[in-house]
Amino acid sequence: MKRIHFSLCALAVAAALSLPAHAHRGWMIPEVAEVEGKEPWVTVRAAISEDLFVVDHNALSLEALEVIAPDGTRSKPEKIHAGRQFGAADIKLAKPGTYTMSLVNESAMASYKLNGETKRWRGAPSALEKEMPAGAEEVQVTTTLGRMETYVTANDASPLRGKPQGKGLELLPLDAPTGMLVGQTTRFRLLLDGKPLAATTVGVVPGGVRYRGVLKEFAVTTDAKGEVAIKWPMAEMYWVNASYPPRAPAPAEGQPRPPMPKQRYTYSATFEVLPE
Amino acid sequence: MKKPFSGLLLALLVTALPATAAELSVRVELPQLQVAEYHRPYLAVWLERVDQTAPITHLAVWYDQKKRDNAGTKWLKDMRQWWRKGGRDLAVPADAVTSATRAPGVHHLSFTAGKVPLGNLAAGEYQLLVEASREAGGREVVRVPLTWPPKAAQNATAKGQEELGAVTVQLKP
Repeated sequence: MKRIHFSLCALAVAAALSLPAHAHRGWMIPEVAEVEGKEPWVTVRAAISEDLFVVDHNALSLEALEVIAPDGTRSKPEKIHAGRQFGAADIKLAKPGTYTMSLVNESAMASYKLNGETKRWRGAPSALEKEMPAGAEEVQVTTTLGRMETYVTANDASPLRGKPQGKGLELLPLDAPTGMLVGQTTRFRLLLDGKPLAATTVGVVPGGVRYRGVLKEFAVTTDAKGEVAIKWPMAEMYWVNASYPPRAPAPAEGQPRPPMPKQRYTYSATFEVLPE
Repeated sequence: MKKPFSGLLLALLVTALPATAAELSVRVELPQLQVAEYHRPYLAVWLERVDQTAPITHLAVWYDQKKRDNAGTKWLKDMRQWWRKGGRDLAVPADAVTSATRAPGVHHLSFTAGKVPLGNLAAGEYQLLVEASREAGGREVVRVPLTWPPKAAQNATAKGQEELGAVTVQLKP
């Protein structure tokens, strides 16, 4: 029997989110991206769905949501709701400025052979070694570090926090990530483990396709400094996403699929753009 | 040498039957899209009377027929207009109507009067509708008006914005 070797970086993440099935997108959406008033609240919803920002499939838990205040302090949401089709969190924004809501998740996918039959497994990396049956052969493991973010500004569109988290894939806003209007441009820098990632595609998908028909999705590519400028074509909530390494092109009919990389990174963020 | 009788018989046959049955052909363009995640669209082609007095005539429905347990039928509902107008009542697979999804490019469909699925369509004002719906993509409907039966050969074209390119309907009496 072959010795099974797992090379997994240990990251304690509570969110027990299995990888969404193909064409199901995970998202997190603030009801509004700018709130006013004395110690205002904001509600964030999250789900995995077929239709972007439409609650039609499974909840995404916000138990592990981190709220990063304008001064960099981290906290948990005041209230967390667990629904069947969506998760939600109520968050008090006590300090003026822009808050970052961040949901980091690490998941593993394994394929192996047991008695000559190919099997697949999905789950938390920490559970992998325990749940892999004895006698599993040709074990291939892909670990995905996913980060999902959104921004909400309370009262004051103050300067940016502007500090990268330094782990995994992230899109650092170089301009204010809230309060955008149609026709404006927002610059970002794509980082992998804190370092700029050049020549990488960043997808921009506007929500509301149900009421519009045509999707009007587009993509931008990072320059040598890892930077992109996104010009917002219409008033919508946008889902901006990137992944690394780039997906291998689909093999020709009858050809085997290229092997999955050992480590994958995904990133998505939601931005609100209002009419002029 | 030909017998005069056989020539007469041929002439009789020709006058008894219409020279040719009327034909309706559709040219549908599926554009190549530069998106991160592409799945071939589901597509429905149907005829409906402008006065909406009769059920629609399904001409073609393309959907994922490879999925196990007929699971690909789950997304037929995403062709929302077709679904509401009668798609939900169509038992699939349906002979001469349903088939697999197709790759980006130009596709030709041809229908003949008197034969399934066009059948003996009542005379009147119609619209031919093409609806495309793509997984993780958009949905679009393109319509081309026509009069049936056609009195002369004619062409009409309409264009989609994103999910559908040009749709051309060609009629032959």
